[in-house]
Amino acid sequence: MMDDSLRELYQDVILDHSRHPRHFGPLEGATNTAEGHNPLCGDRVKINLIVDASGRIADIRFEGRGCAISQASASMMTDMVAGRTVAEAEKLMGGFLHLVKGEDAADLTGGDRERLDVMAGVSAFPMRVKCATLAWHTMKSALEGGAGAAKTE
Amino acid sequence: MTAIPKTIRAGFDPNAARADFEVFAKPVYGKPLIYLDSAASAQKPKQVLDRMRDFAATDYANVHRGVHYLSAQATDAYEAARRTVQKFLNAKHEDEIVFTKGGTEAINLVSYSYLAPRIQAGDEIVLSVMEHHSNIVPWHFLRERQGAVLRWVDVRDDGSLDVEALDAAITSKTKLVAITHMSNVLGTVTLLKEIVARAHAKGVPVLADGAQGAVHESVDVQALDIDFYTITGHKLYGPTGIGALYGKRAHLKAMRPFNGGGEMIREVTRETVTYADPPARFEAGTPPIIESVGLAAAIGYMTSFDREAVRAHERDLLTYAREAVREFNWLRVIGDAPGKGAILSFETEGMHAHDVATILDREGVAVRAGHHCAQPLMERFGVASTSRASFAMYNTRADVDALVAALAKARKILS
Repeated sequence: MMDDSLRELYQDVILDHSRHPRHFGPLEGATNTAEGHNPLCGDRVKINLIVDASGRIADIRFEGRGCAISQASASMMTDMVAGRTVAEAEKLMGGFLHLVKGEDAADLTGGDRERLDVMAGVSAFPMRVKCATLAWHTMKSALEGGAGAAKTE
Repeated sequence: MTAIPKTIRAGFDPNAARADFEVFAKPVYGKPLIYLDSAASAQKPKQVLDRMRDFAATDYANVHRGVHYLSAQATDAYEAARRTVQKFLNAKHEDEIVFTKGGTEAINLVSYSYLAPRIQAGDEIVLSVMEHHSNIVPWHFLRERQGAVLRWVDVRDDGSLDVEALDAAITSKTKLVAITHMSNVLGTVTLLKEIVARAHAKGVPVLADGAQGAVHESVDVQALDIDFYTITGHKLYGPTGIGALYGKRAHLKAMRPFNGGGEMIREVTRETVTYADPPARFEAGTPPIIESVGLAAAIGYMTSFDREAVRAHERDLLTYAREAVREFNWLRVIGDAPGKGAILSFETEGMHAHDVATILDREGVAVRAGHHCAQPLMERFGVASTSRASFAMYNTRADVDALVAALAKARKILS
């Protein structure tokens, strides 16, 4: 019998995202870019965004390799922030961080909470939280225009 | 008196040794612990923990300072620990053993105190691609600060080291060969005697990183004629916070101090300072006293067994595991060098090492996943990370069976 928390962590949705990542690949004409690095495992992710004049994320793509958790998280994130404003994306990130750390994620509303719920299982695996947050921290670095690589620490 | 026992128990019974390690009595996630991460750090037998506790409880004071009873007791124990390490490595003189806080500090000590004053821009340091970061970064410091050049020697596809290639990398500019005794990723055991002979023929000294090698191989620094050899306590079934540098007496005597402070001086005035002789010169400040006693107890414990029998047991586990994983066509073992030590690193197709390690963990199986502080080696084999199972004296074939079953389960979940 499989451990319940393992089933929770490696749900079909996560495995599907990690095997068939959405928004994966390079992005022509990116306005914001950052690279993230998880020093624990050596995994890297690169986030490219196009932010339009009105402050909306017109497009976003990611590249890199990593574990199922980090790939799925990056894939879901890109899916969810595309079309939103920078402020909305940052708010979503705040809620996501609460969720994967097992904290009160009341700032995630409605459909967002529902969609991200598959990532909530990560909170039972403290050693893996950094895998889930790498892409999000990297996106934040890119939005802030930071030149340096994002770290998960 | 040293902690090295006079009589050795014949044969080796891993289950008897296992009973000395209390950690195995405590389940993880309600399952028996299958500890396959001893290359990162070994578990401690009760003989080590009891000795440290007893010493700290009744025989402890600072060393080399007080004239009182306890200080004399503690000093004797600390110096006896040094003689235990001396005997363990078969060093000629006890003053050739410098206590450090670990293997990393021992290598840094050689970098700062021995090599830095001898490096001119363009001078070379020869090292292999399978070094641990602790035997890379101290030499990068000399590259950054003094213009030293790092000359890398590749390994073959099976993880073995080509001694001819290493020899060819040693030139008139080479100031040191820095090489692992046993790779923490591949398990490759290097032919130190041959390497030292080749380097010495060209007048080049050799440092060996013995973090893994000293655990699994018998070390005789005199027979090797090696210049520096480093060990760390926590991989030798001893405590963290202590390691040792072996250095030939002539080298240590010629070396400047690394840390400054108490215990390492001969005389301090307002204008000048003169330094103590080795090893005290390199042991500034209050040393890891309780840990030294623990290290001696650990060496005493290890050497109470027939080490050849222990080695044969660990190799049996490796061979058994190597054969068992052949059934997984999605698993690629990295490192198959002849005569390698009991470490099995592998890549799993379509499954990231961290995901595999998480699933194994919930089965009670502790393995290491990641780059193992050996990123140049990961690059050499074209992987970002690997999973690693490492075997110690307390492991059994049943542990390997549990590993194999957990790997099959990981495959089922992740594919």
